[in-house]
Amino acid sequence: MAGKVDTSLPLEYQKHQDQMNILGFWVFLGAEIVLFATLFASYFVLVDRTAGGPSGAELFHLKEVMINTFLLLTSSFTAGMMIREMRNHNLKGVLMWFIPTLLLGLGFLTVEIYEFTLFVSEGATIQTSAFTAALFTLLGTHGAHVSLGIGWGVLIIIQLLKRGLTPTTARKTFIFSLYWHFLDVVWIFIFTFVYLKGMIM
Amino acid sequence: MKKHETGFPYRHVGGFLLSIIMTLGAVIVAFKTNLSFNMIMLIIGTLAFLQAGLQLTMFMHVNEGNSGKYNIINMAYSVFLAAVIVVGSIWVLTSGHAAPIK
Repeated sequence: MAGKVDTSLPLEYQKHQDQMNILGFWVFLGAEIVLFATLFASYFVLVDRTAGGPSGAELFHLKEVMINTFLLLTSSFTAGMMIREMRNHNLKGVLMWFIPTLLLGLGFLTVEIYEFTLFVSEGATIQTSAFTAALFTLLGTHGAHVSLGIGWGVLIIIQLLKRGLTPTTARKTFIFSLYWHFLDVVWIFIFTFVYLKGMIM
Repeated sequence: MKKHETGFPYRHVGGFLLSIIMTLGAVIVAFKTNLSFNMIMLIIGTLAFLQAGLQLTMFMHVNEGNSGKYNIINMAYSVFLAAVIVVGSIWVLTSGHAAPIK
């Protein structure tokens, strides 16, 4: 099995080892779901423990949240287009969608960091209350994943430029896209159950 | 799984538009209606799960390939674990099972 190349499949699935790597990454994403579930659980349990500090309703601003949501939704779309181009064996097309994906991620991080500084200036640091501790931990863990994803993406772009589209670089690009879409999924839940819920409470 | 996808990317653009519609729909339901808090959470919570499913099927190709079946089983089990962790924590820690603070 190993080493056999099935050219009827897309590049990233042609080698058995690459198929196993992709399956392994899905298992990792399963563990990531559980990781974020523990952070969401802590947040829901502690959300009312504001210890005299600001609550979500006072802290959250719809504008920044909507900008961030659209940045991530769009980057998820561009990542999807990147894989589409990869399946057409179009390296230029891959890069044309890969680079904007990372730039949108960078935009998201910029707005999120700005939002964190707003929180702090409004008297909500990670030490203010159980609520802010759980909030910053949840948002920060997601933001750290986005930061890591940007660095990872840059490294894959360098490999694509050096080696072109091979089964190996295609597999790496595909796995990156899975990770990136997953971060968008996590954000949808943060958007709904942290921000929207917090603002209508 | 398709090796080549040519022509207009209906699937991707459709998925993108649907995700935008669901996001704006959630905002409208949350801020522009007079529904009760529980009703709003039910609607926007459902929208969140629908959008997650959309990402998984339209963009992540969750069910394609030889291991598509295992991916589905793996995701379903992870979602079950997530539900047990979240609902279980809230239930145990906030629903009167913990000793009252006062």
